[in-house]
Amino acid sequence: MMPDLATHLLEIIQNSIAAGARNVCIRVLESIVSNTIVMEVEDDGKGMSEETVRSVTDPFTTSRTTRKVGLGTSFLKGLTDACDGSLSIESELGKGTTVTAKVRRDHIDLPGMGDFGEMIMICIQGAEECDIRFEYGVDENRFLFDTAEVKEMLEGVSIAEPEILIWIRGYINEGIERVKEIGL
Amino acid sequence: MKSLEDLKKMREAALNKVQMREGGKDYRVVVGMATCGIAAGARPVLNRLVEETAANDYNCVVTQTGCIGMCIYEPIVEVFGKEGEHTTYIHVDPDKAARILEEHIKNGHVIEEYTVDAAVNGGK
Repeated sequence: MMPDLATHLLEIIQNSIAAGARNVCIRVLESIVSNTIVMEVEDDGKGMSEETVRSVTDPFTTSRTTRKVGLGTSFLKGLTDACDGSLSIESELGKGTTVTAKVRRDHIDLPGMGDFGEMIMICIQGAEECDIRFEYGVDENRFLFDTAEVKEMLEGVSIAEPEILIWIRGYINEGIERVKEIGL
Repeated sequence: MKSLEDLKKMREAALNKVQMREGGKDYRVVVGMATCGIAAGARPVLNRLVEETAANDYNCVVTQTGCIGMCIYEPIVEVFGKEGEHTTYIHVDPDKAARILEEHIKNGHVIEEYTVDAAVNGGK
């Protein structure tokens, strides 16, 4: 199993990138009021057929050719099953896929949040050309990050320069901390 | 507190560096970031590679790849040189990653003991 929620999401986002997505929206929405955490990854990749969607949480379903197991979505299903949650996968061929995982926020088996700044940094580093939008919220408070804005500021300098990546990691984690503090 | 305005300064600095460098980087450092790599600890390895490369301006680009079929040896870091030479480092941790950059990228010496060849020939 994956050590934290950020790593779970990283696996799902890597699927989006492998599906050729140009835009990926990631939402992590905590609600203290309703005692839930909703994590969502929405992409405009090549999508899946209904049949594939049905079998995607099976560890022996994978699109890869190097071997016959695929664990990212199976792990996420394991997490939602263990933490009073639900997993929904909506997909349309040629349009994209949305994976939504919901868990009980105070469930004893829920792993820690992990490092979302690092997770986004890794996604950007692995798929520079893809635009990634990240939204983090606690109840009605929000932090938003969008690589399109960053790329515009950089005017031609690569977003994958190591100094920029490290800055992005810090920027996101600061943003998350601020939202958490307001939420208290 | 960081703001998007910081990026303007960083952009200038990055442009200056690119001008000084002329041409691409000499090495490509590739980390396996499939499920097997991540489960074995590739995230902190990648993190450290990015940090050290930024801090020391090493002559390499750090990139990612998927599963290369040697999951038992993950985390794996491959180093590709300009002439196509290729070294595979296995069971890498963040400290080993920093040493690979210092010894291999900066000084040009392969660290034999970390390589997959050493593990295979050593009968492990």
